[in-house]
Formats: sequence, structure tokens, C-alpha cells
Amino acid sequence: MSRNLGRALVSLAGAGLLIGACTLGGTTTSSGRFSGVTLRVVTFTGPQIAEPLQRRAPDFQKATGAKVQVITVPMSDLYQKILTDFATKTNSYDAMVFDPQWMGDYVPAGYLEDLTDRVKKDSSLQWNDIAPFFRDFSATYKGHVYTVPLDGDFQMAYYRKDLLQRDGLKPPATWQDYIDIARRYQGKDLNGDGKPDFGSCVAMKRSAQSYWMFLSAAAAYLQSQGTSQGAFFNTANMQPLMSNQGAAAALDVYKQISQLGPPDQLNNDVGDSRGAFVSGRCALSIDWGDIGTLAIDKSQSTVEDKVGAVILPGSKRVVDRSTGALVDCDSKLCPNAVNGVNHAPFAAFGGWSGAINKAKPQNVKDAAFAFLSYMSAPAQSGEDVTLGRTGFNPYRTSQFTNLGPWEKAGMSQQAAKDYLGAIEASLKSPNMVLDLRVPQSASYEGTSLDTALAQFLAGELTADQTMKQITDQWNQKTDEIGRSSQLDAYKASLNVTR
Amino acid sequence: MSGEASTRSVAVAAPWRRPLSARLDRFAGPVFIMPAVLVILAFSIFPLLASLYVSLSRLSLSAGGAQLNFVGLDNYRKLLVGIDRTHFLGLTEPLTPVSVAVLAAVYAGFAYLLVRYARGPGRTAVGLVGRVVVVVVAAAGAWLVADTILTTGRPGTLVVTIIYVGVDVGVQYLLALGLALLVVQRLPGRRFFRVVFLLPMMITPVGVAYLFRMLTDTSKGPLYPLWAHFGLADVSWVSSPWGARLAVMIGDVWQWTPFIFIVLLAALESLPVELYEAAVVDGASRWQTFWEVTFPQILPATSTVVLIRLIEAFKIVDLPNILTNGGPGTATESLTLHAYTIWRSLDIGGSAAIAYMLLFVVTFVGLTYMNLFRRRVTAMA
Repeated sequence: MSRNLGRALVSLAGAGLLIGACTLGGTTTSSGRFSGVTLRVVTFTGPQIAEPLQRRAPDFQKATGAKVQVITVPMSDLYQKILTDFATKTNSYDAMVFDPQWMGDYVPAGYLEDLTDRVKKDSSLQWNDIAPFFRDFSATYKGHVYTVPLDGDFQMAYYRKDLLQRDGLKPPATWQDYIDIARRYQGKDLNGDGKPDFGSCVAMKRSAQSYWMFLSAAAAYLQSQGTSQGAFFNTANMQPLMSNQGAAAALDVYKQISQLGPPDQLNNDVGDSRGAFVSGRCALSIDWGDIGTLAIDKSQSTVEDKVGAVILPGSKRVVDRSTGALVDCDSKLCPNAVNGVNHAPFAAFGGWSGAINKAKPQNVKDAAFAFLSYMSAPAQSGEDVTLGRTGFNPYRTSQFTNLGPWEKAGMSQQAAKDYLGAIEASLKSPNMVLDLRVPQSASYEGTSLDTALAQFLAGELTADQTMKQITDQWNQKTDEIGRSSQLDAYKASLNVTR
Repeated sequence: MSGEASTRSVAVAAPWRRPLSARLDRFAGPVFIMPAVLVILAFSIFPLLASLYVSLSRLSLSAGGAQLNFVGLDNYRKLLVGIDRTHFLGLTEPLTPVSVAVLAAVYAGFAYLLVRYARGPGRTAVGLVGRVVVVVVAAAGAWLVADTILTTGRPGTLVVTIIYVGVDVGVQYLLALGLALLVVQRLPGRRFFRVVFLLPMMITPVGVAYLFRMLTDTSKGPLYPLWAHFGLADVSWVSSPWGARLAVMIGDVWQWTPFIFIVLLAALESLPVELYEAAVVDGASRWQTFWEVTFPQILPATSTVVLIRLIEAFKIVDLPNILTNGGPGTATESLTLHAYTIWRSLDIGGSAAIAYMLLFVVTFVGLTYMNLFRRRVTAMA
């Protein structure tokens, strides 16, 4: 009897498992033009960037039938993961949401689908609503569109409006102003909890996103004649611009800022610096647009309506490239100066963007484009850029002009005007700095520059040694790849049409 | 007649039947182990040779894909004498009196051991040559460590890794031996502590790294009240080179001491009690009992577990990666992390070269240990 009972139970369990396996693998197949297609989209672990993709995937599936799987990898591994997938012809990813700088590697090798015709034909994408900078630079490589922008990236300076107003201070216009303000508030209690807080909180961790913070400071000293002048290399001979008095001044600024923050600042990434700022522990910070939206997130912010944003501080002295010396701004050297200050807003990273694997079947590529278009369309992106947890910052004209979603998200009208105004001022600047977009930019910035900066902040290298190391390593990499081809790629990246 | 016929038929049948079965028998051994050999070739030897080729190449991207361009020993040249020398080997500066004194003591020790062998009864020419090679390499290593640590220089990833291995394995062994000696006694709760002492080894290394990252954060986290009570809330472990290295080493010791502990505990529990009874009868003190009876008996287990830990310790990567990303600067960067960092930006040739340098170092240390120490220990046992 017990044996029969055992057999019956085992049969029942097996049947149950079989039924479960049949139903677990997929949801109810819905009708739709991409029914049966499963999209594998790779991006970084986040939670930013991956969150909106994961959140909106079910809605996209309901509308089109395509199932979206979002695969995440750590930020520092994303470039290598995608490239290895392409180069080994594994092709396990259908689409990728990544750093558009990397087009310099992916496009010449023929890995990315050309989207030029698709974006023109897709009325729901509203391509012309995307700000010209992100359309013409971030999404484009040598005249062709390869990515769909999902995010707009500019670094700005953030400040505690309440503190500066209380003490009669103006937002920092130069890097010296930034240091002076940070020094004033370092060690003071800024959030009423009785503990000393910090003048400035900036991400400075190695192998993370810190080198962009340095470049935000360096840009003001290195570029003054407009975007096409570039801030990384001499456009005549591809010699790095990292060994001159301007770079030395930027290193000095960076070092001083590193000493006016939390004790662990050298080990802090953007998550740490943002968290410290929105919990009221910092008077200043440098970041992309994330702090603006995180500041109105009631679940973590104690500084709602106390945060101001301003275009990146500039400098009254810039590098004369013929001599390498730092000289005072004049109308010839700094034609774009505002009140004698050369601002060079840095479009660090370029903004997370979606691209499509060229090697995939046509229906998969169509579905991938439809998903990226859906994510970028004003109805979705207009909400996502107001939410701090998404990591997406404004990049469409409508996102700057329509304050409604921002107020709905919790920003006061004044705070929204401040925040969006700072981004707009950066976007409209004729002297904005384009991020490096040449083959193996990850090596120039993520390895050579990042390591040298970490060593400089740790005291392993002096400023002169740091500049020499960066210059030597950049030159070595340029010679390995080919100086002539790298120069062509660099000059092509600077020819922005507006 | 029939007997002759049957004998003749048997004599005719045997020659062609016996060679076939004998041949099959002769090849049965290799045939049975062939699958295992093929697996080892596929997953160990071929990748080893392929990565050797990669270490002699440089990756470049071009239309249609990626290609490996042969560059000879250029990747190794960059590490040893080129642009990456200070990152890999370290920054050497003029020797200080302290470093000179330390080196003198170390070299004197090497010389003593070499002379003792040369004058000893079991010396051979091959043994002498081998020992001279070991001494020369070890002396160069000692000079590199002293000239980067005990001067105003800066250790490279090779020296940082050697420090991790030397300190971590030494501390792990002493701690594990102490814990094993405690647990082997008939104390209340020893079964509970035996399980508790094993727990760190069960946690994934990345989990341990994040745990220590939280613990070393003096501004927030579970230990913040403790740091604040002692006025250490503004102290940063990970912003000073040796503080950061110490944090990495503490994490590594915490995680891997259980491995040595469990091996030594098994060795201690297998010792015959008669030896201890004899020692008691002879009036030996506790220290004498440990040094003359217990320790020699567990030397074979000690030598094995130390060898295993030495080899594993050279590969440390999780803790420095998660805790500090190799910082501040390059202070906590191990060889594996160095290889991983440059691999991320497509320098797979350079990364493979570092991996091979690590292989050479580990092989040298392993072979030296086996030949000079482990054989003698096993023979004593």
C-alpha cells in the first residue's frame, strides 16, 4: 500500500514539475508585431540605467509582444564584455545601453547597426526634439547615427543654496571660488546633526568614474576657443595636452578639492558622494544631473529645495597652446568668456545611449530599435529624467521647456528653473568640451589617466610626474594604434554640426 | 591421431587470437585514461599555450573584427624595463641604513644555508647549482622588496603581492594553529566553535570584501558607534597605503584561516595519545611537548597546507578590487588585479604577460618550497 502511495506521490510531483516547467519559461504569449522575439539588452549594473529598462520592459512586451531581458554587468567591465561579445562573434546581446564614446571602437569594426534611416522614419521617436548636441555628437559617428540617446550628460557644480544665501555667497564662478567656499564649510555642521560635515563631496575612487571629475576641472584651463579646439590632444600632431601649466593648475585644484571632503573621499564613488550631498553633509559637489533629481527624492533626501546647480566653474587663466603657459584671458584667447571667466562645460561620457548589434536577424534588430525608440520617446523619457533612481538626465528640448513633469516629481518651480537652466547654459555654450572619442578611449581615460590621477591623489606621484606619466602612456598608446589614424579619428570627432 | 589433430588445431588458433587480445590489454590503460587527458589538455594545456601566444601579441580592432598582432617580448619589456616598470616592479630609490641592514642579514642567512649545504654530507652538484639559482633569485627579490618598502621608493604590484602572501600565510598559519590547539582540547563548546571557525571560508570572497568595506568605513556602517566612541570617526583606513593594505590583509586572514585550521585540526586529532603519555612520563613541559612532539608530527600536514595557501594567496584579487579598487593610488593592487585592470581596456597582451609573470613567480616559489622544505619534512615524518 505504501509503495503504491509512494508511486502516486512521485507521479503527481513529476506531473506538477512538468506543468510548472512548461508555464515558467514564458509569459502568456501576446499578439504583437514582435511576438516571439526575446531581446537581450546589456547595460551596467546600476541600479541606475538598468532600472527604467527593467521597469518599462513589461509594458513594451504588452504593446509589441517582444520580451526584453536586461543583462547587467559592472560599469568597469561593460566595455570589455560588449567588445568581447562582438569580437568573438558570440553575439549574445541584441542591443546595448552604453557609453557612446565607445563608438570609436565599435563602429570602425562594423559591430553596430546604422540607424540613420530608422531615426528619420520613426515619428514616435521625435528625433528633432532631442537637443542638437546629443543628436549630432552623442548619437553620431562620421555623419551616421548609431545610437538612440536615452540620457543627457553634462557635469555641473551643485551647491547648498540655503547655506550660500545665509552667508551672502554667490555660487562658484571659478575653481578658486569653489575651493574657497569648500574650505569655508569644511568641518562645519551643515545638516544639524551635531557632526562635522564637508566642504565638497566628489567621487575620487580609482577604476570608477572619477577621472571625469578631474577633466571637468581641467577643461576650463585647456579649452577656450570653442568645441572644435578640443581639450585632449593637439589637433596638429596628436600630442597630449596633459603636460602644461593648465594641466598642472587643474591637478592642483583636484588635489585641493580632495582635501576638503570626507576622510574616505579617495575611496568614494558617485554613489557615496551623491548620498552624502543629498543627506546634507556637503556644501558643494560636482556631478552629472543626478544630484538634481536625487535631491527631490523624499526617500533619501534631506535637502529638498536647498540645492542649486550652476554651470561648471571656469578659469580666468587658460593655456596658450603655443607656449604651454597659463595666461590671462583676453578677447582673443577666450572669445567665449563670461565676465572674464572661461567656462568649458564638459559633456562627460556623452549620455547613456542604446545601440543595436548589426549581426542580428532583421526582426530582432527591428524589435531592438522599437524598444530603444520606446524608451527614448517623450512620453517615457519625460518621466524617467525626473526620477533620480533612473540615472537618466534631460536631453530633449521638451524636457527643458516643460516644467510640469519636474514639478510633479517634487521640484519647486524655482529649483526646476535653476537645475534645467544650468544644463541649458552648458548645452548652449559654444565652448562645451566633447568627451574623447577615439579608438581605445577606454585605455586613454579609464586606465592611463585614471591610474595616474589615483597615484597623484595618493601622493605616489608629484604633479610633474603625473603629467609625464599620462603624456608618455597616451603617446605610447597612440603610437601602438597609429598616430595618423588616431589623429584623423580625433579631428573627425570634433567636427560637430549644429 | 585425434590428439595430434587437436593439438595442431589449437596451435593454429592460438597465434592470431592471443596477439589481438594482448594488444588490447596493452593499450587498455592509455585508452581508459585518455578522456581525462583530453579534458586536461583542453582546459589547461591548450589555454596555457594560447595565453602564452596572447602575451606575445597585441590586440587591435579593425573592420570586420579584432586581430592579434605578434609583438614578441614587447609586453614583457614594458613590464620589466619599459613604461610599466614602476607599476609592476615598483619605484626603487637609494638604499637607507635600515634597508642595508635588513638586506645584509638576509644575505648572510642565504650564505649560511648555502655553505651548510655545500659542506654537508648529502650534497650533489645538481643540488648545489639549484640552490645557487634559488639564492640568486631570492636575493634579487629581497633587494626589490627592501628597496621599495624600506626606502622612499614605492612597491609595485609584484612586491605588494609578495607582501600579501608572506604576511597573510604566516599569520593565517599561526592563528589557525592556535585555534586548532584550543579546539582539540576537551573544552566545553568546542564543537560549536569548530563550526563557527569554519564559517568565514564558506562566504564568497566578494561578500567578504564588501563586508570589510563596510567595517572599515568609519563614517557610517555597523561599526560607526565604536569608531565614534574612540574618536576615530574621521580616520580613514583606506586613504593611507599601509592602512589600506592592512585592511586587505585582515580580510584575507579572516577568510582563509579556517582552511588551515581544519587541516591542522584533523592532523592534531590523528596524533597517537601514547606520544603525549610518554612525554608526561619523561617530565616534559607543555612547551617541550608541543615543540618536540606535537609540531614535528603535524609538519607533513603543515607543509601541505602551507604550500596550498601559498599558491592560492598569490592570486588574491577580490579583496583589493572591492575594498579599494587597488588604491589609494596603486598601494593595494595585486598582480591579478593589475592584469584585470588593463585587460578591461583591451590590453589583453599586457594582461597575459602579467599573468605569465605571476605563473613564473608561483612556480619558482612552489618548486623551491617543494624541493628545499617539503621533501625534508616528509622524510623526517
